[in-house]
Amino acid sequence: MSSIKIRAKRIDDKTQIRMLITHPMETGRNKDPKTNQLIPAHHIQELTLSHNGKVIVNCQMGASISKDPYFAFMLKGGEPGDKIKIEWLDNLANKDSEEHVLK
Amino acid sequence: MTETRRSFIKKALTFSTYPLASSLGWLAPFSVFAKWQAENFKQGPLEDTLKHLFKDQKITDSKDIAIKIPTIAENGAVVPITVSSTLPDVRTVSILVAKNPVPLAARFELSPELDPFISARLKMAETSEVIVITETGSGLYSARQLVKVTIGGCGG
Repeated sequence: MSSIKIRAKRIDDKTQIRMLITHPMETGRNKDPKTNQLIPAHHIQELTLSHNGKVIVNCQMGASISKDPYFAFMLKGGEPGDKIKIEWLDNLANKDSEEHVLK
Repeated sequence: MTETRRSFIKKALTFSTYPLASSLGWLAPFSVFAKWQAENFKQGPLEDTLKHLFKDQKITDSKDIAIKIPTIAENGAVVPITVSSTLPDVRTVSILVAKNPVPLAARFELSPELDPFISARLKMAETSEVIVITETGSGLYSARQLVKVTIGGCGG
């Protein structure tokens, strides 16, 4: 199952794109309560959002974004059938992507 | 005969130099990006991060950036923030948490097809100011908001 959930909602002549990504977003400073060892850093570094193949948001982020990050953006326009693609890349080189077609 | 030989050499040259040039072009931005990541998402005081991000450019306070964030956050691990702006030509939006070990939370590069509107959720280690800096065609503008945190988000 993909780690990304995308919801799009049309508000007047704009489209609100919301996304929820399942990711631990470990800062590298938290300790595991059982072993008392530091949990290594594991967080998303880069997020890109594209609209019909054209990159519209490029985001670099650190571990100060909460666990299971949520983002929302407002797209001017957006027609039914338009494709929204979201990709992320984390510091351990894991990546995932998900595509959503506007209704 | 000479004609085909010449065109063969030409083709051979273009085909051999093209991947070289494109691979160089590919590698350069990647290493620049890695360096950028390392410098800006480094632990340290806010001033250092600002210096790395914006060099010595002047940052003007602006009333045209609206930050919607709870003034008292019960749980610092999840602090919802919504940034919107009426400034024209917004290119990037950076969200910083002044007292977090890594002050820069995220930096968004927005294309003109998007409204300057972003929602996200932050982690906050302690009570601190949240600073939003937008880069527009005419310079840098910032807005800030103090958030009180009753339970920290980083470290137990």
